[in-house]
Amino acid sequence: MVLTIFLAFVVFIVGLSVYLGRQTKTSSGYYAAGGQIHWVVNGIAFAGDYLSAASFLGICGMIATQGYDGFLYSIGYLAGWVVALFVIAEPLRRMGRYTFADAIDAPFSSPGIQLAAAISTLVVSLCYLIPQMVGAGVLVEPLLGLPHHWGVIMVGGIVMIIVATAGMASTTYVQFLKGGLLIIFSLVLVVAVCWRGLSTAPDQGGTVPFYRHRTMAARIQDKTIVVTEQPGWQLLETQSTAAGDRFALLQHDGLATWWRIDTGPDGTTSVRETECVVKPKSGSTRLINGNPESPDNTIRQVGSLASLRGESNASTGPISPVGLIAAIGDPATKVTRWRESKFSTESGDAVTVYHPSESDGARLLRPGMRFKVQGTWLERLDFVSLMLALFLGTAALPHILIRYYTVPGASEARKSTIVAIGAIGTFYVLTLFMGLGAMTSGVLNPADSNMAAPLLARSFGNLLFAVISAIAFATVLGTVSGLVVAASGAVAHDLADRYLNLGLSDSTKILLGKTAALGVGTIGIALGIMFKGMNVTFLVGLAFAVAASANLPAIIMILFWPRVTATGVIASIIIGMVSSLGLIALSPDMWGMYGLLPSAAPVPFSNPGIVSIPLSFITLVIVSLLSKSRKPLTD
Amino acid sequence: MLHEPANNSGQIDPAAPYKSRLGLALFGLYATFYAAFVAINLLAPGLMELPLFWGINFAVVYGFVLIIAALILAVIYDALCRTQEAKTPSTSAKDTQAWS
Repeated sequence: MVLTIFLAFVVFIVGLSVYLGRQTKTSSGYYAAGGQIHWVVNGIAFAGDYLSAASFLGICGMIATQGYDGFLYSIGYLAGWVVALFVIAEPLRRMGRYTFADAIDAPFSSPGIQLAAAISTLVVSLCYLIPQMVGAGVLVEPLLGLPHHWGVIMVGGIVMIIVATAGMASTTYVQFLKGGLLIIFSLVLVVAVCWRGLSTAPDQGGTVPFYRHRTMAARIQDKTIVVTEQPGWQLLETQSTAAGDRFALLQHDGLATWWRIDTGPDGTTSVRETECVVKPKSGSTRLINGNPESPDNTIRQVGSLASLRGESNASTGPISPVGLIAAIGDPATKVTRWRESKFSTESGDAVTVYHPSESDGARLLRPGMRFKVQGTWLERLDFVSLMLALFLGTAALPHILIRYYTVPGASEARKSTIVAIGAIGTFYVLTLFMGLGAMTSGVLNPADSNMAAPLLARSFGNLLFAVISAIAFATVLGTVSGLVVAASGAVAHDLADRYLNLGLSDSTKILLGKTAALGVGTIGIALGIMFKGMNVTFLVGLAFAVAASANLPAIIMILFWPRVTATGVIASIIIGMVSSLGLIALSPDMWGMYGLLPSAAPVPFSNPGIVSIPLSFITLVIVSLLSKSRKPLTD
Repeated sequence: MLHEPANNSGQIDPAAPYKSRLGLALFGLYATFYAAFVAINLLAPGLMELPLFWGINFAVVYGFVLIIAALILAVIYDALCRTQEAKTPSTSAKDTQAWS
């Protein structure tokens, strides 16, 4: 049934696209739906565009694993719409044509701006494309039982069909449909979470028995660990990580599993059961908790309350949304969270261990678990940098900007933005409840936080799982479609038609756009496979930083500073783009992805916005003052 | 056709300067509110844990208010823009020319 519902939804989406595609005859129809979309439809489509895999999969996953720090993304993403509405929407709509490059080039007709803006659009779209593709892979793994890379290839293929057959009109109606359904079914999921309530032994409505990971008393004797609580345990090996965690490989009844070694404040020693994955050096089948991986032997789902208002064995029954937050945030509530550690054994096997620890519920419901607001000044700077990029990034995303041209006029652009804020705001409020529900319902896959929301839905039955997964998949399809349209517009319109001045006919321009869509889609597939496992909302946060650094200073200054020059705009875009990408490439998170020690990264923070956005603004001002040309007024 | 404005009737919107000033003022208001949220987290993070009402802490309330405030300000902005546009009906007609 799950597969049937999922496939029916995907076929419907593709069919709708093909049908609408037959009505697209001109390049204005392909790139901006002829400018005739109703503002209400466009507003919900805005929400559909914006509520990407990052929002549904990534934010819910980050809240489920990091608490309130994930909700910071919800706040920042929504706040970004204030910039879009109050500062950008109407002026940009009045001056624009098809693309972001058209808009900022309108006062200048500068080939340099056309080139820089086209490259920026491509880069930002690709940065934004990566998390969507990663999200696609995440979805198909539990749904269809396919490997991650097949999910990425599926999405890439379907999107290429959608974009090659339709363009912006198709994307708009797909986004309208998907945006509406996403909000409705997220609400259903939140109601279901509250109806089931909280428990210290969550059993997914009685369908999956709760597994309580064991802790055993032990003692250190002659530098080895001896389990004192139960006989028959033999120590095979110990390992330590750079973070200071120590692990012991213990064998019992012929089964060898990794346990974390804990030392209490009173000096007592204990070992705590983990979920462990061992990849043998020989390349043979992975071992999950000591046994070969199989459909019946996978990593257990985790995430639960260690105590609820001080009770270690308690449940609430149906609870209100306010009650849910209050119960988790109670000073006496403890939440069991899971961390990942990686190391190699003496024989060279690669080991990944997921191990639990308890956090205060009250501490989880304020910032600080991921972003160290009480840490060093560099860690605090990272937090400020993130919030700045989220606030300024929305108004600089090319695939969002082009949607201002799909409505008949400037006032419709304004009204559709307000509809978008209402729809997106509603969804982001729901993310907190979905994330907290996933955190405490025993549904988390410790190996991939992105799966939190779909797995939470599955705990309420296959029907909700199928519908939510289908919507999430359509979310990815729609967002990727919008990004690919924006990127193909940059290639066909900004580069080929404007910059190179090839004098293309309308039909040739559409053909070139569709060919570009194939190329961008293919690159997106490759990058989606490469970035497997990274939290998708974190990746989107980086895309926001690149957009805010490369595009926003140019947009803002063109609108509000009469002394801006074409040279200043070009310099700003290039400096903003290069500096943000460079800082990301040298950041601790990327260092970890390269397989290096994150603390050894040359750049000590992960979010580049605090440096690259001001740098881009300053560059624009200085270069504009030094160059003499003066922009003409547009309206 | 691609060197023409996307959808521009050629009319000048006389309400545009008013809307621009209003937009910047509301943006400044919201940006201050947002910046205060960031500043409190940095300077007095413990305050965020403070229960305000019904057991909900300051961080959650502030987060929700930031989201709701965006919508409220957007509705106010739209209402004031409509009022201004209504005062200048002859010149602020929306640009509805078909795509060229």
